[in-house]
Amino acid sequence: MAAREVTQGWIPAFAGMTRGFGKGLPKGEGVGRGLRALRAAVQRLRATWSPGYAVAAAVAALFVLGFLPFVKMGLVVNGFVLGAIIATGAIGLTLIYGNLNFANIAHGDYMAMGAYVAFFVVTDLLAAVGIQGQGFGPFTFGYPLLIALPLAAAAVALGAVVLDVVVYRRLRNRQVNAVVMAMASLGLAIAVRGLIQIIWTGEKLQLPRESRQVYHLPMDIRIPPDSIFIAGLAVVLVVGVYVLLTRTKIGKAMRATADNPDLARVTGIPTERVIWATWAIGGGLAAIAGVLLAVFQAQLLPSMGWEFLIPLFAAVILGGIGNPYGALVGALVIGVSMEVSTQWITPSYKHAVAFIIMIVLLLARPRGLLGRSN
Amino acid sequence: MAGIYAVFALGLNVHWGYTGLFNIGIAGFFALGAYTAALLTSPAADPLLFEEFVFAGDWAQLGILDLGIDLWFVLALAAAGAACGVVALLIGYVTLRLNDDYLAIATLGIAESVRLFFLNEKWVANGSKGLYQIPQFLEGWLPSDKYNYLYMVVVIVVLAVLFALVQRVMKSPWGRVLRAIREDEVATAASGKNVFSFKLQAFVLGAVIMGVGGALFAHHIRFVSPLTFDPLLGTFIIWAMLMVGGSGNNLGAILGAFVVWGLWVGARFLPGELADPNFRFFMVGVLIVAVILLRPGGILGELRRVTRGRAGRSAVRLDDG
Amino acid sequence: MALLEARDIVAGYGETQILHGVSLVVNEGEIVTIIGPNGCGKSTFMKSVVGLVQVRTGSVTFRGADITAYPPERVVRTGLCYVPQSANVFPSLSIRENLEMGAFIRGDDGRARIDEMFGLFPDLARRPTARAGSLSGGQRQMLALARALMLDPVLLLLDEPSAGLSPAIMGLVFERIRDINATGVALLLVEQQAREALRLSDRGYVLSGGENRLEDRGPALLDNPEVARLYLGG
Ligand SMILES: Nc1ncnc2c1ncn2[C@@H]1O[C@H](COP(=O)(O)OP(=O)(O)OP(=O)(O)O)[C@@H](O)[C@H]1O
Ligand SMILES: [Mg+2]
Repeated sequence: MAAREVTQGWIPAFAGMTRGFGKGLPKGEGVGRGLRALRAAVQRLRATWSPGYAVAAAVAALFVLGFLPFVKMGLVVNGFVLGAIIATGAIGLTLIYGNLNFANIAHGDYMAMGAYVAFFVVTDLLAAVGIQGQGFGPFTFGYPLLIALPLAAAAVALGAVVLDVVVYRRLRNRQVNAVVMAMASLGLAIAVRGLIQIIWTGEKLQLPRESRQVYHLPMDIRIPPDSIFIAGLAVVLVVGVYVLLTRTKIGKAMRATADNPDLARVTGIPTERVIWATWAIGGGLAAIAGVLLAVFQAQLLPSMGWEFLIPLFAAVILGGIGNPYGALVGALVIGVSMEVSTQWITPSYKHAVAFIIMIVLLLARPRGLLGRSN
Repeated sequence: MAGIYAVFALGLNVHWGYTGLFNIGIAGFFALGAYTAALLTSPAADPLLFEEFVFAGDWAQLGILDLGIDLWFVLALAAAGAACGVVALLIGYVTLRLNDDYLAIATLGIAESVRLFFLNEKWVANGSKGLYQIPQFLEGWLPSDKYNYLYMVVVIVVLAVLFALVQRVMKSPWGRVLRAIREDEVATAASGKNVFSFKLQAFVLGAVIMGVGGALFAHHIRFVSPLTFDPLLGTFIIWAMLMVGGSGNNLGAILGAFVVWGLWVGARFLPGELADPNFRFFMVGVLIVAVILLRPGGILGELRRVTRGRAGRSAVRLDDG
Repeated sequence: MALLEARDIVAGYGETQILHGVSLVVNEGEIVTIIGPNGCGKSTFMKSVVGLVQVRTGSVTFRGADITAYPPERVVRTGLCYVPQSANVFPSLSIRENLEMGAFIRGDDGRARIDEMFGLFPDLARRPTARAGSLSGGQRQMLALARALMLDPVLLLLDEPSAGLSPAIMGLVFERIRDINATGVALLLVEQQAREALRLSDRGYVLSGGENRLEDRGPALLDNPEVARLYLGG
């Protein structure tokens, strides 16, 4: 099996955009020189590691979509918010995929668990000690949720690591193949959801909320303040993950292990610790994504995570498995497509839209939108 | 009921047990099969009952094919299988060339899309209200209180036919290739087999069996709605059945179906907490994980094990990367 | 006393056994080369020494300690570093990050050592932020060497360091190998370029069909008519 090359998938896509710059221009002419310099600069950038450009290009392209006469800008903006939630889940999922080499079917249910833990913290734990509130600032939820977020993230991160030790590590030691690992994660998905239903019943729940005015922006954009919170938090998390992966030792070791686990081992990288870090980060992000989804949908359901698997995996596959920047771009593309599609078809088909986009893209580019082409 | 589930377990066994295909959207094929059969045999829609439902069934009474309802029943089973086969062909064609995991996601997508389709397109199948009073096979032969015994015989006959079919197919050279693919895809490809084509055939075969299972289900319950096919009863429990019984073993699949269904239904009569459906839901997941960890072969296991050449697989990476 | 001693190694993948009892000794400061036909198990032997492939019977002793059952991440800590045949750098990491990973288990942050490596391989120093995946074959090989040297190994295992390189670059690699050895590091090489490799080796082994065939001093092997006929192209 070929070792995956992570986090560099954007390069060919970028190459396509820059190829042809400054070609066929007479030498010495001002414009030609400028373009050639630009091209050289772009090539230098391509050789170094800076995926920010791909993300920026994708955001710009999706945004421009909103200016098309037949697309509502408001939906595009909503799509970015949904995309932000998908991204928060999908980045963790793709890191797990890249490092452990299997599809974590339980990721959606980790999200749901995160949402329920936050719910528990807000309505039981904090309420019991008298911390209560809703309608914090312009938002529907109260400040207790801000306390609950890191707690939920920590709880799910810990749970994910424990489940690795109890289940996945044994399977790794047995050297089972990837599908058996995925199978185990399916079992865990069911168990986690069952646990949620045991504790919180299968009924719909709501975080304490207070209704709030929606912001009206030009171009008929209506955006609830909650959405701004969601997008803002997602941006912070994405930047955080970027810093982690590029600036910290454990982050670099995660990328190295995803590249080639055996080489990582003979290099002396403690791959088990790297795997735990991956679970902790993936689980924590999933939990936060779950809370954000609960805020976005204004409700909690035990099935919310399982149903979110399709957009999650669509984003991961679109971005090229194991590539967190790809997952981010994929998430935005999927989020915007899902929202914009509601302009023409029933909103309840959203998930099918994500699925169909994924299938079409798989046909066109089996390695993902930003993946390498062969 | 257990017999119907056994049909699914058998279909899943063709996917996972024999070929190693990871289908987590069984519910999609389940629903598709059930709806196909229901639509083909249902009498014309009562406009008072079904407001937006215009795609009237009533094929049996149309007189195009004057077969009588009972032959239609047989035809409906076949059609349900065929519908699933076609969908499996399409999806398999796209995803089976790629990474194994893509199939899992794709099957999940199918399940969701099928559900959304029947939920939203009211004209096809009455949306969330579903179809009811689906006719039954040989209705009226026996008083309705005894009818269930008759239907049980029907299910057992269908199950036996499918069992014999799968058994036979898997013993053939074709089946051996499938198992070889499951064990070591690269080596099988190297020996000149078109792995993609074999996988696709297996995927379609398994889906057809699931479609038939769906049809049997529809005629048993006599009611289908998008809510009938939730992931738990449509997918998860079938996985538990196969895993418990032993993947790669058809008898095991059937046994697993009866055991797990027995536990599922039996647990209802347990005292207190244990009877809670949520607790049973939880246990289905735990059961799957436990089987993988503790007894990968299930109760029966695979009778004749093919060589397991997995140890040391990871070492391939350094040289082939 | 021998630095590394492998005794009657039996190993393989799954059901297939590749090595049927290979023995080999590397003494302190030596360069030892293994040659042999394709697929005879040279790489498999190296992998069993570092713990990537499980040793079924036989033993590996390094600096007096029995490391037979050590997992790879433990083997490196004993001062034995390994450069695989291919895929021997982390392609999505930059040159500098590759070296940092090489220093993962060093007590310090490895910065000084990275600078030393840049001194030894000036080619790498030119663009430390370039991704390893974008490097040429020669540069990659140099980076792999530098990565393995980050831990100041006592013994370095190199699996076909000259594979796929142009003759000029190949010469450079062999030169580096000599330099590394001059600092007191022992080396165990697997090489297709048997003539070149044996010339700079103290001793050599010929492996065939997963078993030892011959063992001698490097130059002596070069003169051996059978070796010449089989592996040196006449
Ligand atoms: N990961 C693996 N799984 C199964 N068989 C393997 C694996 N790696 C190598 N082999 C087989 O083991 C045998 C020895 O391979 P090895 O790589 O050790 O040979 P080599 O002497 O290094 O050859 P080369 O000169 O081509 O590098 C070969 O027949 C090969 O097909
Ligand atoms: Mg080799």
